[in-house]
Amino acid sequence: MEFFRPASLAEALEIKAAHPGGIPIAGGTDLMVEINFDKRRPEVLIDLTVCPELQEWSRSNGTIRIGSGVSYSRLIAELAGELPGLAIASRTVGSPQIRNRGTLGGNLGTASPAGDGVPPLVAVGAEVEVASTNGARTLPVAEFITGVKKNALAGDELIVAVHVPVAKGPQQFSKIGTRNAMVIAVATFSIALDLESRTVGTALGSSSPRPLRAHDAEEFIAAELDWAEHTPVPANVAERFGELVAGVATPIDDVRGTAAYRRHALGVMAKRTLTWTWDEAGRLGAPAEWKGPRS
Amino acid sequence: MSTHTTAPPKTRPPGTPETTGMDAPTKDGVGSSARRPDGVPKVTGDFAYSSDLWAEGMLWGATVRSPHPRARIVSIDISKALALPGVWAVLTHEDVPGRKTYGLELPDQPVLAWDQVRYEGEAVVIIAAEHPETARRAADRVTIVYEELDPITDPEAALEVGTDALHPGGNLVRHVPIRSGDQDATADVVVTGDYATRMQDQAFLGPESGLAVPDGEGGVDLYVATQWMHVDLGQLAGSLGLTEDRVRITLAGVGGAFGAREDLSMQIHCCMLALHTNRPVKMMYSREESFYGHVHRHPARMHYEHGATKAGDLVYVKAKIVLDGGAYASSSTAVVSNAACFAAGPYNVPNTTIDGYVAYTNNPPCGAMRGFGSVQVCFAYESQMDKLADALGMDPVDLRIRNAMTTGSRLPTGQKVEGPAPVKELLESIRAMPLPPATPAGPLDLTRYPGGVSNTTHGEGVRRGIGYGVGFKNIAYSEGFDDYSTARVKLWVSGGEPIVEVHTAAAEVGQGIVTVQMQIARTELGVDQVVVLPADTQVGSAGSTSASRQTSMTGGAVRRACIAVRMRVLQKVVGTLTDDPGDLSLNGGKIVSDSLGMTLDLAEVIGAGSFEETYEYHHRKTSPLDPETGQGDAHVAFAFSAHRAVCDVDLELGLVKVVELATAQDVGKAINPQAVEGQIEGGSAQGLGLAVMEEIQIKDGKIMNPSFTDYLIPTILDMPPMQIDIMELGDPDSEYGVKGVGEPPAISSTPAIVAALRDASGKPLARIPVRPDDFLDFISSGDD
Repeated sequence: MEFFRPASLAEALEIKAAHPGGIPIAGGTDLMVEINFDKRRPEVLIDLTVCPELQEWSRSNGTIRIGSGVSYSRLIAELAGELPGLAIASRTVGSPQIRNRGTLGGNLGTASPAGDGVPPLVAVGAEVEVASTNGARTLPVAEFITGVKKNALAGDELIVAVHVPVAKGPQQFSKIGTRNAMVIAVATFSIALDLESRTVGTALGSSSPRPLRAHDAEEFIAAELDWAEHTPVPANVAERFGELVAGVATPIDDVRGTAAYRRHALGVMAKRTLTWTWDEAGRLGAPAEWKGPRS
Repeated sequence: MSTHTTAPPKTRPPGTPETTGMDAPTKDGVGSSARRPDGVPKVTGDFAYSSDLWAEGMLWGATVRSPHPRARIVSIDISKALALPGVWAVLTHEDVPGRKTYGLELPDQPVLAWDQVRYEGEAVVIIAAEHPETARRAADRVTIVYEELDPITDPEAALEVGTDALHPGGNLVRHVPIRSGDQDATADVVVTGDYATRMQDQAFLGPESGLAVPDGEGGVDLYVATQWMHVDLGQLAGSLGLTEDRVRITLAGVGGAFGAREDLSMQIHCCMLALHTNRPVKMMYSREESFYGHVHRHPARMHYEHGATKAGDLVYVKAKIVLDGGAYASSSTAVVSNAACFAAGPYNVPNTTIDGYVAYTNNPPCGAMRGFGSVQVCFAYESQMDKLADALGMDPVDLRIRNAMTTGSRLPTGQKVEGPAPVKELLESIRAMPLPPATPAGPLDLTRYPGGVSNTTHGEGVRRGIGYGVGFKNIAYSEGFDDYSTARVKLWVSGGEPIVEVHTAAAEVGQGIVTVQMQIARTELGVDQVVVLPADTQVGSAGSTSASRQTSMTGGAVRRACIAVRMRVLQKVVGTLTDDPGDLSLNGGKIVSDSLGMTLDLAEVIGAGSFEETYEYHHRKTSPLDPETGQGDAHVAFAFSAHRAVCDVDLELGLVKVVELATAQDVGKAINPQAVEGQIEGGSAQGLGLAVMEEIQIKDGKIMNPSFTDYLIPTILDMPPMQIDIMELGDPDSEYGVKGVGEPPAISSTPAIVAALRDASGKPLARIPVRPDDFLDFISSGDD
């Protein structure tokens, strides 16, 4: 096995161009497990942990650009106010040790349907920035992940950053696991209210080969919500929203749970998180006063 | 939080000499929470576990295992593996020097399979190479041609006439029938139930590992993490074709055991490779391999019928228990005996009809795990007691107390319970403990809700339930087994200070037996400095670190050996201070005359000599069970515990939060109260795991979740705070009155938690672990 530790992004891209089969490693929380299980024996490992460009996040024009090597611990500590949905999801990732090591870039690179960091990105239409020695491109997260553990990365490309719009309303994330911490998702649901455009974004995780948005549910609820007066969501509307969310899932039976349970749980999570976000919006008042949720 | 209930001082058994220090405890002696010597190194990462072993020039072993649960072996071709540079040995069954099978009770398990494999993961070929990666690559180059056969995976089907026999004697490993009282008894109120428990893993954190070092003269030294070196030794020497004196075992750092190290894993393989290559060989299983490398808790299917009077007196219990033994016998014959003996629970039941069966299947082999057959039946009989209370319209605790076993009660086996049996007192203790607050106060704290930080509820759908469970089991080995432990104690002077050396073969697997030995030596000999030598086979057997027996058995042996040393020391000064040795005691490095108030310096009395005594401590004899009626005094002592569980259930999502566990347990005497609490908390956590999450999922004989990613054990956010009442009622039949502590908490916690979940949800929950789907009406989860 060849092991590279580039000191800059440019160097990393050169190495990747020279070794298109090279596997990037950051936190190693997925890859090392695969190596330990003897499922993968990479010929070339490219350690990205000392590329300074990948370790930082920045803010411009209402978007946060998160370097692919930023850990979940930092997302929680530094971005909970502006990206509350992503922060809530980050808190559900593994244990403190895993959150110190694991990165959003790794979640996208692995492209597991159970990646906790992905649904909050999909729900707000976040984009992935990838680069090669020939330049950079961005594409929506929802398109970047193309199947179970498959993504749109070309052989010479690396994931550089994720561009996430700053929250324009309350966001929530909910995850089912059969243990109260440190558990792989059985099913997850993300919701983001946009109080400016009066729209709702959603995403389902661990419920289909690729992360899904529940478009029908989004349109239904955006039309039903009383954006002006913030009256509570009627129970039957929340219920219908849950049904529409559950309806788009294509879950499977596996050791972590049954398809029937996953579908059911998605409906419950959708209903509850809708209520939480809407109640929060009601407490916060008009969009102009929106300062982000309590962290 | 813990409290202590202490009985009046027990009567000392006849013939036991007076001891020092029981009234005024010696510093870090018996009854104190002396610090364990391995505590800090384990926390800081300095402790050397068996997986840390290393020797100059050592090779690494690897094991080629069957991918099939049942298959004929057509051919084994090792040539490509042998040809790989860096490979030093590739061995098959043909290379086993001695007996080709081993086993704790029946030698039915091949060291390396030859004509057939009976479970997924069975060892077929072993390899030694210069690097672990080389060994693994060599493993990939071994070609084994199998002819797959349909696995037999249902234990009840395995016992049916006409099913293929997996072993020459058929698929029944053992049937234990117990008959007491009137077999045709009838009752006013009858409740029946079918219950199932699934396969639990011991989930110790230190995977199987060890280092074998050839001695150059045909013998071998093995450093290994195990539970009973002397029973390893007999099997090991037999399969290596060596006399026992040419195989020496030293206990390496053990990272937990819980029964999973009673059977051999890599011991024979590692020694075979070392003797073959004449190089030290290390073997260390990965976590995945570990799931295939040790036995698990038997899954059970249990059919129960309880009959009672309208007033709530138990009239009869009928129980049929079928355990899945998996591919090899391991300790199945003893596990099923326990399941049968304790099937009616710690209650007075005049009439019983109990049948325990254990069957061979092509599932992973099952054997010892904390609780050992008592766990499965406790879930069933306690579920039945709740069902009966419901049918009678009685409070479930009142019903239990009404029928509670007491000293003098008889088991279904006819055996009279002679020591304390405080079933009623335990239940009353936990019932009286304060309940946790009904609703979490203050700002939203996700960790207090079902689902935890996964953020699935902020209180919606959550309902609270309370449940009780009480259980019991035998301490030490049963059914006529001559169970003993050996201790050698030496007292001498070093640097002007008296020093005690204690040598036993008791396996410290994390429970604290090293500390217990030190505490006992300090108390009995009044000496501060105590050295416990590494446990090895250069001293007599200590028996197994199993069956909650080490503190009573090895603790007993150490105490008796210390007393023998003390008598010799005191004999030396009789006539100097006094003519009556009974007037003398050892305390604080002095020989004290109690009547004269005079002291002699112990170091001066010892001088340049030393005093050494070895004591073999046997517990009193037990009897076999009658093979037709199951009658007999098969057990030496019983330990009891009770739990109250408070659980919140998210009824819409089927997620669970165990809010609090309260427990009371009679430990006889707490040699080290903090260690006792540790055992109680740990055992309760393991019981919680079985109740709500721990299951090796098996499909067609194959393990579906051999990793800690998908075999879930409780985290700190799943394990609630506990209220603990440690009762010290003193067993008249043991040294200091101690009773085993380790297993009871893993027995009564599970049914209490499931009872609380039923109370919250109204669901039957007859199968554990309980899954989210089990709370939801519209979903059928399939099996059982």
